Amino acid sequence: MTTTPDQIKHDLINHDVINHDLLRPVGQASARFFLVVAMLGLVVLAGFSAWGYQLYSGIGVAGIRRPVFWGFYITNFVFWIGISHAGTLISAILRLANAGWRRPVTRCAEVITVFALCIGAMFPVIHLGRPWVAFWLVPYPNERGLWPNYRSPLVWDFFAIDTYLIGSITFLILPIIPDFALCRDKFSGWRKTFYGLLALGWRGTQRQWHRLETAMHIMAIVIIPVAVSVHTIVSWDFAMTPVPMWHSTIFAPYFVAGAIFSGIAALIVAMVFLRRFLHLEEYLPSVCFENLGKLLLLMSLLWVYFVFAERLTIWYGNQPAEVAVLWLTQKGPYRYLFWIMVACNFGIPFPLLAIKKLRTITGTCIASITVVVGMWLERYLIIVPSLSRKFLPYAWGTYRPTWVEITITAATFAGMALLYVMFAKLVPIISIWELKVGMREASESMPSVVAVSKARPTVSERSEHETVGFKNSHRVGKP
Amino acid sequence: MSRVASLYTMCPDAAAAERTVDALLSAGARREDITVISSEPFDRYEFGQHEKSRFMPWLVVLGAILGGTAGFLLVSLTTESYPIVTGGMPITPGWITGIITYELTMLAAILTTLLVLLLTAPLFRWKQEPYDVQVADGKVLVGINPQGDLPDKVKEVLKVCEDGAGGGIER
Repeated sequence: MTTTPDQIKHDLINHDVINHDLLRPVGQASARFFLVVAMLGLVVLAGFSAWGYQLYSGIGVAGIRRPVFWGFYITNFVFWIGISHAGTLISAILRLANAGWRRPVTRCAEVITVFALCIGAMFPVIHLGRPWVAFWLVPYPNERGLWPNYRSPLVWDFFAIDTYLIGSITFLILPIIPDFALCRDKFSGWRKTFYGLLALGWRGTQRQWHRLETAMHIMAIVIIPVAVSVHTIVSWDFAMTPVPMWHSTIFAPYFVAGAIFSGIAALIVAMVFLRRFLHLEEYLPSVCFENLGKLLLLMSLLWVYFVFAERLTIWYGNQPAEVAVLWLTQKGPYRYLFWIMVACNFGIPFPLLAIKKLRTITGTCIASITVVVGMWLERYLIIVPSLSRKFLPYAWGTYRPTWVEITITAATFAGMALLYVMFAKLVPIISIWELKVGMREASESMPSVVAVSKARPTVSERSEHETVGFKNSHRVGKP
Repeated sequence: MSRVASLYTMCPDAAAAERTVDALLSAGARREDITVISSEPFDRYEFGQHEKSRFMPWLVVLGAILGGTAGFLLVSLTTESYPIVTGGMPITPGWITGIITYELTMLAAILTTLLVLLLTAPLFRWKQEPYDVQVADGKVLVGINPQGDLPDKVKEVLKVCEDGAGGGIER
């Protein structure tokens, strides 16, 4: 049988190797995995215990007091909703832009969205004094004829977050279906049955592929305005209120930009850990981090622009209540947190991301960790100083978080990590079929595929390809 | 002529699958009886083209319009059904109606996309023939589910296309 160029291209994408590398973490569980799960699980358990204590004792065990009724819980709510912008929004934009390097990144990102949204959406409920009546937000026919007050931004939150959550889950699940089918075909025993059910009867007919790709394209278009609307509405929780430094038209874009900023940072951190612990160095090449690092740099500059624009306007307007809050954060008791925030969101990341030599995987990881810390502080500094210094002196006060709030906050970070680790154990964390498509397209665009196939690169040569870019770093099979 | 329920061959790549499909068509097989199964989409090949249709986005638009209408009616009808005191402000402000309408429009678009995919792909049909797990290794399955009698020439084509990587089944 004559070997055609098409056959050679096909052989370049070694399906066995890709399947083996990316299904390996799904099929195995080491002692280290169980240790990590146990440790994270303990912190999550502590968080649930603290919440249980709060439910039993009442909301008074939290540090929120008049006039600062929003503290750690709402800070966490805004922070996690912001982190959720990592996945779906970034993934959708990259899909629509047809960025080739997105392929190994998208699923890592979309998972963050779903879990961060679930965690974020818990906080308004935790924050409620009587969380068992949280369902009152849901518009449903009842015998008293009562309906939610649609004028409340919290009701807008309910609609926006629910829409985003359903959209994000759909956006995550759709491209996983063919990979579930792959797991079904590659595993045996209970795993085969399990993944067979999850694959929903997927075979890979051309009709199924076409419908799936069309659906994913539609979802990518729909989810972008939904994602923007979610953080816009979260910002309106603040901006609709006549509280110093909240009642601002800049809040919506400021929040959306901040959300994308923190989301990209969280994504980079997650990818670094996945790369390291799942040994995905070949599939998450440095070019992914470099490109995400550039995006992070852009968002860092945008964040500085928004902070400067917001603060300059308030300073120039010289309204006493607003200026009081401004100086409270810059020169008053919150000044340390403020300047740490500026350092974390701009001072440290800017040189790490702007200087090409420093924009390595380690550099982007350090920058991203500082951004995550800085963005949490930003949420805190938006909420607490404004509430502690309202217009009249009788509405002034302070806020100190209690151990309950701190424990629950720590538990959410552990919970996020736990969910992520568990997900990576159950589902291929990199979209295998999309990766294969990317590699095939890359091989098809090669100038002389026959020449390349005759001189199959060695492992060391492959790493050289990586530095050029992901498009050229295709897996060429066993040397 | 012989009566078979399902017959397939495994092709090493999409180009070979394309040639097999062409040969099957030349041998008298009907296009709607031919199934091509792969572990990745092959949009640029002829066998992937005839499955394309343009109705899906329009169904999503229709779903979105219905969702938006439902959102508008939800806000306007429920607030009017229990009019609370708003101090002279409108009971159903247009700004707020717009927010809920927008979110439910998007929600309906998402749900319609999902529903259309599940129904038209179609999914939830387990154990359909033909299928072979070698698809997961990058092989492309070309199968035929004839509605009537299958010309012997078609079977010959599948046998010729067989490269030893996969096996045809006959039931």
